[in-house]
Amino acid sequence: MRRVAVTGLGTVAPGGIGVKEYWELLTSGRSATRTISFFDPSPFRSRVAAECDFDPVAAGLTPQEIRRLDRAAQFAVVSAREALADSGLDVARLAPDRIGTSIGSAVGCTTSLEREYVVVSDGGRTWNVDHRYAVPELYRHFVPNTMAAEVAWVAGAEGPAAVISTGCTSGLDAVGHAVELIREGSVDVMMAGATEAPISPITSACFDAIHATTPHNDEPERACRPFDRSRGGLVLGEGAAVMVLEEWESARRRGAHVYAEIAGFAARCNAYHMTGLKPDGREMAEAIDAALQEAGLPPESIGYVNAHGSGTRMNDRHETGAFKRSLGDHAYAVPISSIKSMIGHSLGAIGALEVVACALAIEHGVLPPTANLHEPDPELDLDYIPLTARRQQTDVVLSVGSGFGGFQSAMLLTGPEVRS
Amino acid sequence: MTRAVVTGLGVAAPNGLGTEAFWKATLAGRTGLAPLTRFDATQYPSVLAGEIKGFVAEEHVPSRLMPQTDHMTRIALAAADWAIGDAGADLRRLPEYGMGVVTAASGGAVEFGQRELENLWSKGREHVSAYQSFAWFYAVNTGQISIRHKMRGPSGVLLTEQAGGIDALGHARRHIRKGIPLVVSGGVDAALCPWGWVPQIASGLMSTARDPDRAYLPFSADARGYVVGEGGAVIVVEDAASARERGAPRVYGEIAGYAATMDPAPGSGRPPGLRRAAENALADARLTPRDIDVVFADGAGVLALDRAEADAISGLFGPRGVPVTVPKTMTGRLLAGGAALDVATALLALRDGVIPPTVNVPDPAPDYGLDLVTDRPRDTAPRSALVLARGYGGFNAALVLRRTDDRPYDTDERTTACPQAPR
Amino acid sequence: MSTGATVTLTDLTRMLRESAGEEEGVDLDGDVLDVSFDDLGYDSLAMLEVIGQVQREYGVRLPDETVADADTPRALLALINAGGDLPGAG
Repeated sequence: MRRVAVTGLGTVAPGGIGVKEYWELLTSGRSATRTISFFDPSPFRSRVAAECDFDPVAAGLTPQEIRRLDRAAQFAVVSAREALADSGLDVARLAPDRIGTSIGSAVGCTTSLEREYVVVSDGGRTWNVDHRYAVPELYRHFVPNTMAAEVAWVAGAEGPAAVISTGCTSGLDAVGHAVELIREGSVDVMMAGATEAPISPITSACFDAIHATTPHNDEPERACRPFDRSRGGLVLGEGAAVMVLEEWESARRRGAHVYAEIAGFAARCNAYHMTGLKPDGREMAEAIDAALQEAGLPPESIGYVNAHGSGTRMNDRHETGAFKRSLGDHAYAVPISSIKSMIGHSLGAIGALEVVACALAIEHGVLPPTANLHEPDPELDLDYIPLTARRQQTDVVLSVGSGFGGFQSAMLLTGPEVRS
Repeated sequence: MTRAVVTGLGVAAPNGLGTEAFWKATLAGRTGLAPLTRFDATQYPSVLAGEIKGFVAEEHVPSRLMPQTDHMTRIALAAADWAIGDAGADLRRLPEYGMGVVTAASGGAVEFGQRELENLWSKGREHVSAYQSFAWFYAVNTGQISIRHKMRGPSGVLLTEQAGGIDALGHARRHIRKGIPLVVSGGVDAALCPWGWVPQIASGLMSTARDPDRAYLPFSADARGYVVGEGGAVIVVEDAASARERGAPRVYGEIAGYAATMDPAPGSGRPPGLRRAAENALADARLTPRDIDVVFADGAGVLALDRAEADAISGLFGPRGVPVTVPKTMTGRLLAGGAALDVATALLALRDGVIPPTVNVPDPAPDYGLDLVTDRPRDTAPRSALVLARGYGGFNAALVLRRTDDRPYDTDERTTACPQAPR
Repeated sequence: MSTGATVTLTDLTRMLRESAGEEEGVDLDGDVLDVSFDDLGYDSLAMLEVIGQVQREYGVRLPDETVADADTPRALLALINAGGDLPGAG
């Protein structure tokens, strides 16, 4: 079986642009959530989000890219460039069709689409929207697969490319898809990751309507409280993470720095409800079991779990149920945390941001904490790493995700020497 | 290695609702292109579309699902029911984690999305539906099909615009090869509302012709853009051994080869990727161009894109080296549903030994060097087909289909594990 | 705030149908006043959509906490017609 190495990382995240800033935030236990500044949030039930202070010019985008690309696509391109530079890979020496692209996104170019909708509909006044006001880029935003094309161009990649869109598991699933393409031999290198820029009125409105987002507006930095008894729901975030994934042997041959190996991945559906989750976590547990089986690792080997931890009661019960079901007694021993407490829930992007966090946890021997976890929910009796990062060498890390549509995914990362 | 075979089809197309109605219309050369009726398009430069007629959602979709689904998802749910019924699969007898759903999407459920955007911007956030968070999004068809049929296995949603139907089937085959017995795949799309229309006008690729028979003319010297339609196909893909074991009533064919490529970045000077996708799919199927009996072309109907595709086909097969057809001249381009419908059409062509025609292009441009099947079906008993598709932004996909009548359920003794062997 | 108009079971079943459809095997025109929404086939997502419609059509504010306790048509109608505050519910 061909193996997959993580050799380059790039991120755009709340709290800082670039991997160094990202990791500093995650290990500080600070939260980057704040009162929404992108639009007037006052009509909304939930008025907080984890926004990126992203300056596209400072991030190195050209004026043409800035015009052409939706904010999410800009994040993806900037992250891809950082990851490629970090990997040290000289793509000019590779066959272009041996490099592929897999980018996750749940809601695509929604920010640009809403902005343009408002113009062509004259502020929502007309159903027959006016094409004379449509910008030439509108179709690029309408079909967000164009974001994968942009990332492919960064790396000169001419192999298979796609946007993977499975709701809030898009990020994990896009990376998992990339792993499959390398394993099956279709490509040797993948630009893999995910991006999302969903902080806009329509996204706020649709999460308001189902009370999924928190009404804790008074202390914005304390808004997202996974596993805490006072949690009130998720906090929207935005950002991107792109990784360079390489076939193991060729990465080793060129002397690449390997952050981690992606050793196992599995996705399942709960076939239960578009938004609801059952407390038993049965299908997520099945995904974890299948990922462990693929990696050839026992549950007891897991040293850290990066939880979905979205900040809703339903999620907390669901995944705690899944961990107990899959890991048995080891569930009570393994440290678990949710970085969404610090960077919010960037929907389709978060899974890839979490995979990067897992790779960095292995690299640095530090486990990021769950911020704002002051008073654990008595229903939840596992170790959720409250408040402060923990120095702990970890060789096997599990990351999980749940998405609207019933998607449940699990990925295992191992230290570069674990399976050598 | 396991073989992935198609055992069920569910078609919803502008020129026929249901597989056999569509197939009959297609062989008869009946078009589904006509002036738009779904909304008043008189103010727009493009006024033609392929609309599905006679689809009464309430007859196919449970009442509880109606308020939370867009037209697109309702068609997808109906087509999925038909495909599963056609496969004769008793899903209760299959393992719950052994069934997956992989669909393609392009712009999501746009009409639902437009209504909620309008509610938000004209009336306020209290007027936005509780269903908006998922009803419009790209994963909705996969999610709803999975829930309706209790399919809990690995699933997926791929976005490569018009190439998506093939990429979804390629991904479905990947699941089959990893040991999943059955995957419901394909794509159904519908964006016939003003907010789905205007972005496509902005792309500059839509035909502005008023005559349905002169609007979408792939490989004609008069090509002037394409017409958009709605619908697609849901396709049941199964592991051949598992299909045999459960006594599947029929096998339409095998997904013998698949590949996808990206075009190079603009200005790189490198050639486009469609031909490489076709070559890689053939290599994956262990076939040569000589083994292919018909090509279902992407057929953009845009001069530069037609030229590029003609170069790819005639470069690979030689001038007039293989019959080429574009039955989507009768349906319009169905976005994420288009390539899936082409695959279904190709499988029906293999089943009945007849190549459906390309309508309205009696005189393909001679310098393309294509043997285009024009006007009437050609009874050449094809046994293998290559289906090509391209998605906006430079996405290319190719699928090789093969009849399996000599050994409908045999597992393959081939040992290769790589769809595209590393060089 | 209430418009003063009384919302009837007929009004409610209409809104249930419009916002969330009708479960197979359930007859909303039957004797449903005291049947739980759960047994009528409506999950919490469906009820959010229904409550949204009630609030928009009748201009009544129904706080989350009180809605959660109104688990039958009778209880919900009482809540709506009390203008959002159940008598005695504090």
